[in-house]
Amino acid sequence: MAFLLELEQVTKSFGALKATDGLSLSVAEGEALAVIGPNGAGKSTMFNLVTGDTRPDEGRIRFAGEDISAMAPHARSRLGIGRTYQIPHPFAKMTVFENLLVGAIFGAGQTERESYDTCAEVLDLVGLLARANAPAGSLTLLQRKRLELARALALRPRLLLLDEIAGGLTEHECNELVETIRTIHTRGTTIVWVEHIVHALVSIASRLIVINFGRKLAEGDPREVMADPRVREVYLGISA
Amino acid sequence: MAGARVERGTRASQLWAVGITIGLAALVAMPFWGDPGDMRLVAEMAYYLALAQLWNLLAGYAGLVSVGQQIYVGLGGYTLFYLTDRFGIHPFLAIALAGPVCALFSIPVALAVFRLRGAYFAIGTWVFAEIFLLVVSIIPALGGGSGLSLTPSIVRSISSNRAGREMAIFWMTLAVLVVVFALVYWLLRSRHGLALTAIRDSEPASASLGVDTFRTKLLIYVVTAFGTGFVGALIFLQKLRISPEAGFSLNDWTVVVIFMVVIGGIGTLEGPILGMLVYIALRELLADFGTIYLILLGAIAVAVMLKAPGGLWGWVVHRYDVHLFPVRRRLRFEKPD
Repeated sequence: MAFLLELEQVTKSFGALKATDGLSLSVAEGEALAVIGPNGAGKSTMFNLVTGDTRPDEGRIRFAGEDISAMAPHARSRLGIGRTYQIPHPFAKMTVFENLLVGAIFGAGQTERESYDTCAEVLDLVGLLARANAPAGSLTLLQRKRLELARALALRPRLLLLDEIAGGLTEHECNELVETIRTIHTRGTTIVWVEHIVHALVSIASRLIVINFGRKLAEGDPREVMADPRVREVYLGISA
Repeated sequence: MAGARVERGTRASQLWAVGITIGLAALVAMPFWGDPGDMRLVAEMAYYLALAQLWNLLAGYAGLVSVGQQIYVGLGGYTLFYLTDRFGIHPFLAIALAGPVCALFSIPVALAVFRLRGAYFAIGTWVFAEIFLLVVSIIPALGGGSGLSLTPSIVRSISSNRAGREMAIFWMTLAVLVVVFALVYWLLRSRHGLALTAIRDSEPASASLGVDTFRTKLLIYVVTAFGTGFVGALIFLQKLRISPEAGFSLNDWTVVVIFMVVIGGIGTLEGPILGMLVYIALRELLADFGTIYLILLGAIAVAVMLKAPGGLWGWVVHRYDVHLFPVRRRLRFEKPD
């Protein structure tokens, strides 16, 4: 099987804390992988290592077979790695539409003319078309989360990294977002999704990884993993 | 979705373009209807507006709040004086070379100060400006602490009589303003403008969307240095004398410019125009009051920042939603049923 993303023995320390500790994982093309773990387990660090926001101390990161461990963040996104941030980072002074143009033009390398259609399409998909010309700073939390998703989609990602995108939403809002993500996945985008809301993950992901103290604690079919006593203790014990 | 269209102009911007063209034509004809004193004032307004627009590009759009732009005003001025005096180059050619010289010098400065962020960046640029001032004042070829003057023969090479010289300098200053304004406007409307605004609002997010943040900021810093050096050469062509204190003056070339941009509205193209007019008007009105004038300027700056943090133009936009130099892209679409 061809892997789109591979982490090989990746270690990243902040002072004495090992945020990831010899972490290895592989994501197949077209897969939807869910990642859970208690706060501080190293999930966001793992994303930052993949996007290039932080560099690993040891180990290798490969994307579509290419070693990207030392590549700058903008170069990785041009390869097709899209991400959302746990705390939305909208370009507040720009309109929603212009926020997307950045991804389409610089990430996907489209011309301005091509990018208009791409962005209109993505806005329609995530349900923000009516807010296209509103300043991004004026959006509600749900809309900001949708904008994070839309912006990452505008760069036409092969791999989409979702960092707690459903966090802070109501049940109904969360379900809507899950449906959008399902559509994105069915259209062929590979997804790695970090989330605390397990039922949202399980409805889309075919595989679940549990991270604790920067290491992989368990891996496999989501339902089986969630039934694992170690996982119940570490994860549910803390979140409940 | 096919059929997405983008609108960029506004009704106000079209009317404004007509107004500007007429106003500019009137100014170009000014040597035939205005008196020399007024022309000097207009030339000063023009170069201040050019400086303000360049600083606005740097700080208001790229988020690079530099307090060291006087480096390039001084360097541009010295380039003019040195090249004409030492190598006998015609002043117009020397002015044209001031931009490239400043751009060249700005690259190593950028590589050093770009390691700093926020307030540290601002202080870093200031420190560099002081270094330039000190270094220039110990170089004998540049006249040391007392500086350089344009010799009468060089001055005469522009035009044999005073009126002709003033006319030439006046037109050049207007031309530089138009070029600087057009350059900034074009940059902001281009894809670089998108990248810049994105970087200013969130640097990590713009990198995650493919924007090469370092190169974009470097480009803007170098372009700004280029323009500022060009303007600097023109300023000192009018003054006919340059010294390290005058050339690298923090007050004249950066503090005043920041006042204009902040009062007018940082991060807008209209703001610096308004800010420049307010500054010049206040200065002319309060000229007889001595130091009280500075206290008043300070008080106005504080009041505007408290009451209208977006500057005067920010307040106008908030109130009336007018855009005279639209850089936005508004999506127009027909949803297929």
